[in-house]
Parts: sequence; structure tokens; C-alpha cells
Amino acid sequence: MVLSSSLIEKRSANFAKFSFILATCPSQPEPYHQEKNIATISLLYHSCLGMQMGEQFCATIICMIKKTAILAGKGARLISHLRGSGGSALPGLVAEKLQPNFLSEVFAKIPVVVVSGTNGKTTTAKIVTELLEDYGKKVFTNKTGSNFTRGITSAVLAELGNGEVFDFDIAVLELDEAHAVQFVRKVAPTYSLLLNVMRDQLDRFGEIDITASYLRQVAEKTTAMVVVNREDTLLQKIEAKNVKYFGYSKKIEELFPNDDELYGIKDRKNGVEADIVLEDYRNGFAKYNIGSVKLQLPGAHNALNAAGALALVKSILGKDFNPQKSLRKLAKIQAAFGRGEKVTVSDKSVELILVKNPSGFRIALASQNDKTATTMIAINDEYADGRDMSWLWDVDFRQFDSVSVVSGIRAYDMALRLQYDDVEIDHIEPNLRQALSHFLSTDNKNLQIYCTYTAMLKIRKLLSRITDVEKIL
Amino acid sequence: MTKSLKILVLYPEEMNIYGDHGNLLTLQKRAEKRGLTTETVLYEPDMKFDERADIILGGGGQDSGQSKIQDDLAEIAPKLRKLAASGTPMLVICGLYQLFGRYFETATGEKINGIGIFDAYTVAGPKRLIGNIVTKSAEFGELVGYENHSGLTFLGQNQKPLARVKKGAGNDASGKFEGARTGNVFGSYLHGPILPKNPRLADEIIRLAAVKKYPDFKLSQIDDSLAEKARAIAKKRPR
Repeated sequence: MVLSSSLIEKRSANFAKFSFILATCPSQPEPYHQEKNIATISLLYHSCLGMQMGEQFCATIICMIKKTAILAGKGARLISHLRGSGGSALPGLVAEKLQPNFLSEVFAKIPVVVVSGTNGKTTTAKIVTELLEDYGKKVFTNKTGSNFTRGITSAVLAELGNGEVFDFDIAVLELDEAHAVQFVRKVAPTYSLLLNVMRDQLDRFGEIDITASYLRQVAEKTTAMVVVNREDTLLQKIEAKNVKYFGYSKKIEELFPNDDELYGIKDRKNGVEADIVLEDYRNGFAKYNIGSVKLQLPGAHNALNAAGALALVKSILGKDFNPQKSLRKLAKIQAAFGRGEKVTVSDKSVELILVKNPSGFRIALASQNDKTATTMIAINDEYADGRDMSWLWDVDFRQFDSVSVVSGIRAYDMALRLQYDDVEIDHIEPNLRQALSHFLSTDNKNLQIYCTYTAMLKIRKLLSRITDVEKIL
Repeated sequence: MTKSLKILVLYPEEMNIYGDHGNLLTLQKRAEKRGLTTETVLYEPDMKFDERADIILGGGGQDSGQSKIQDDLAEIAPKLRKLAASGTPMLVICGLYQLFGRYFETATGEKINGIGIFDAYTVAGPKRLIGNIVTKSAEFGELVGYENHSGLTFLGQNQKPLARVKKGAGNDASGKFEGARTGNVFGSYLHGPILPKNPRLADEIIRLAAVKKYPDFKLSQIDDSLAEKARAIAKKRPR
């Protein structure tokens, strides 16, 4: 769970509050005390977290206090009241504790689409959502990037915040592989889109074969159609009642370096017919078997993800799918936040490039690295980033002559990695605020920052103080 | 005369997970800084095994990878044992560390034979042991890395461990010992990869190999300040 650091900072102030609340907390709250109780529990929760007690313990305390019915129908409102200061997964945690069937009830009436895979989930879910909206569909999506089951609960709660009805035509959910398995046990997806299995933050899931088995379980639970990347060797074993594929032509296969090929394994497939095929790709021009388009989405990998999105949308819409209309829409779609997002700071352009595993980093370096830009790399190792730093050694950094600034909690791990690739480093500063300020003082107007997930969140927050950054939550 | 070391990497196709490639890079660079050129041989099943190797490296892999290489490993085992007995330094991590023991029993009960350089055996454990780890050895001081294994390795009575666990699970989750050492053969669960952040171990492998071939070789000091700082941070991070 991602906790905001400000919560931790409030620790000592909260300790006094917490002691006070524990002493005065009503054991049997009356309905008319509801507002007061909401505030009490909210404070209590944050106090617990502030003291770093751990989420399990906090939730237990809250559940003990809230044995009465006050939350039976109002849990969502309470929880939405808690929003705003605890990271996007916090209210979801409370909801899970209080109403275990929450998600299955919410999603009982509409088709549910699950987008999963190790790389490209967020942008692909965004493409699917925008393509569907283009047909007038009202789409619910977890666009905060909190792609755990709990984050989805939180996203639902955000919609329910003011007692409104959950009124959507379809849900498009981006889910982390392991959490996708948990989610599909609660809610069987109508459609699923499985992108790839690459070396991810392996410490989360153990081994790559396990990740593939997670996605197989998602496929098994899917009721209407599973859309699969036919080029991914580990996804080829997916079996489901109804499967459709997307892929690329042999002509452009060198644009898609994969893990196996790094070690000299070249076992490409494959005879399976794909519904949507990326036939050619050059400088943003993508030629699909249904037509050509100039993309704003950066890189060949996104053109392939878009092929998956198109195949999925085609399955969902059936005869209503209009290839020309959807390609026109696709041309306008931009990458998800922090995925090649460009922010202007005075006279400089700062591009944020999310990197979270070796294949993603390699693809970003292959397709987004601007040789004229000045570079910063920020590596954190929080839970959401993955604690294991091994992955940096599976990326080849020799294309850099120099990197201007290296930052993040694991700045020195990154610096050490660059040293072994003979890349010069101008400045190492683990503190992101100081590093960013140093980086922005460079003369070059063209800046690129490669950053892990939590480093990116922090950098966006810092940048939002000095310029406009699109709100994500 | 140029001094050179031949580094042989065992099964890089199947046993290459978690950045263990970084161990090779570290040995190459640190040897070159000492005026030694390096030649790297990538050894895959059914290839001719080059017995003139000065250093042997092996990494981790999936269970599926381990079963794929086991026959070939049995095939080259006598040569590996001979090299080990003659003092050739070897570093084997995770999957190959397990197979340098006597056997590895997988979760499905399949027994994969090892080559018995270590008096140790491994059984699949109930859960993965994952997280930052710090160990301490008399020869190399603190070793920092990242462990990620479900196999539990039990050392025979006279088998020397590589280090004692300070933080983390280690060989068998009891939190006592980590890795194994027999002569100049080092086995460990530490990824990270192990060598970049533990330059003393890297240098000892280079020194052992170089001295065996060039008895007058002296290891010069190099600047490890970045590694020192990376170690200091790594030690403080949560599991």
C-alpha cells in the first residue's frame, strides 16, 4: 500500500489525538452520531497509520469500533470521506474490511473488462476507454494507476462519494497480474485483454512462470472473450473458450526486443490468425490490417498495445465497430500520465518516462530516448516500485555518454550500474526535490526523466507546484 | 605478455534471471582495471565444455530451467569437480547454487540431481523467501543483496557456509547461514546482483583466478565509493 509521507510526518501530533480518541471513542455509536463517528474513525485511522502501526492493525481497530450498523449501507460514504489524504488505496482497504462483497455487487450489472500484463496496462486501458467513449459508452475506469483490487474499490467509492448511483455502461479495469487473480475471484470479467509477460518486479510474484499462470487464471474466469498478444511466448499457452489475438508482422519484429532474445533465444511464433495486426511501424506511423494512422502515443510498443485495444473494442462492439472511426479516434489518444507525458516548466520541456522493469526500460531507451535531451534517472524501491534492484542490471545503458542527474532512494545503485557501463554522471542526489531543482537549472531546454512509479508520483507533485500538471486523482 | 582470464558462464539461456548478468560485467570490468583482459565463454547444453576456464559463473533460473539443464550438468560434472579441486574459482547463484549441492527436490516431488560440490541438499519450501538480505562472513565482511527463492537448502555437517545471516532468511529460512563455500567455489542465494555491491568478493574471485595462472599477480586497489554508498543504503532498506 502506498502511504503518503506526510502521514508519517504527522506522527507525533497524531499520537496525542489517537490516545484521546481511544479514550473517548463510543463503543455503540448511535445513528445520529454518524457524522461525528465518521470524523472520529477517519482521525483514528490516520493516527494509526501516522504511527506506522501497519494497515492490518489499523483496520482491526476500526472494525472493532464499528461493529454496529452505521456502516452497513453508508460504508462507501464514510470511506469516501477518508479520501484525499491517504493514497488511493486507503479507502478501498476500509471498504474491503466492512463489505467483503462490495465489488461483486457493484459490478453485477455491467460488462467488466480486465486489462492485464506486465507492461503497458495503464496506457492500454486508457486507449480502450477512449475508444469506447467515442461510441457514446459511459465507461468506468481506474485511471489513477492504482491497479490493485483495493485501488479499484477506492475508484468506485470516489464515484459513489455523494450518494450517487453507480451509473456506467461498462467498466475497463487495469489490474496488476497478481491482483487480477484476486479480483477475478470476486468478479468474473466479461472480457479480458492480456498484453504480455515480461520480467517485472519479480520480487512481487516470484517467478515469471507464476505471472503467466496468473494471467491464465484471468483467462479461465473470463466469460465472453479473451484477447491475447500472440507474440508473447508465455501467453501462447492461454486456453479459454473464446480467444482472439493481436500481434505484429514478421517485417517489424526487430522493433520488439524481448527478454528471451537478449539471451539469444529466438523462438518466435506463429501460425495463429490475429484479428488486428500491426503490419508496419515507423516514426509514429502505424499501419494496421484495418488501416493506417499517425499516432501521438510514443513508440512501437504502444502501437502494439493499441492493436490489442482495437481487437478488444471490436469484440465488445461486434457489428457496431467501425474501423475508420476508431482509427481516427486512436490518432488523438495520448499516453497515460507519466508514460511519455510532457510537462512545460518555464521555457523547458520535461518528459516523464515511467520505467519499472528491464523490458520496459529497454523499450523506453530504444523508442523514447532523445539524444539531444539532458537526462535524469530517478530510482525508488518502495513496495509499488519493487524492492529488488537486480533489474537495473538487465538493462543496457551504454547508449548514454552521460546522465546529468541520478536520484531516488536507490540513486547509488543506479549510479553504480551506470559506472559499470562507463556512463558519466554529473550529479548524484538521492533527495528528489534537490535533484529536480538541480536538474531544472540545466541550460538545455529539452529534458527527459526516467523514473520508477513512486519517484514519478513525487516528481509530478514537485512539478505541480511550479507548473500545470494534469490532476490524476 | 598480456595477462588474460577466461570466464565461463554456465547456461545463460535458462539460468539468467534477476540481473545475474551483472556478476559477469563486474568481473570483466574489475579484471580489466587490473590490467587483465577477459574472454567470456557462454556455455549452453551440448556445447564443448572449455576446461581452460579460469572463472566459472552460474546464475538462477526457474524450476523449468533447472530441469532443462540437469542432464547436461550431470554430463559436465566430472570436469567441474576437477576444476573445483584444482582451485578454479566459481560463483554459483540461486538455481545453480542448489544444483551444485547433492540434489533439489521440487514442489512436485521431482528430484533434480546436483553435482555434489557442496555437501548440501535443497527441498522446495512452502513460500518464497523474498527481500533484502545482509549477511556477514569472516573473509568478505558484510555481504548485501536480495534473496528470492522458495528452495530451502540444508548444509551437511561439515559444509562451510558462505556467511552468517544478519538480516533476512538465508539458506533454510532459519536465518542462520547463507550460501556455501568449498575451496574456491562460492554458492549463494544473493541476487542484487551479488558482485557489484560486494566488491571484496568480486576481487577475491579475480585474485584467486589470476594468482593461479600468474603467481606474481598483485591485486591493486580501485575506487569503490559508489558501491560503498549503495551498500549503506541497501542495508537500511526494508525487507
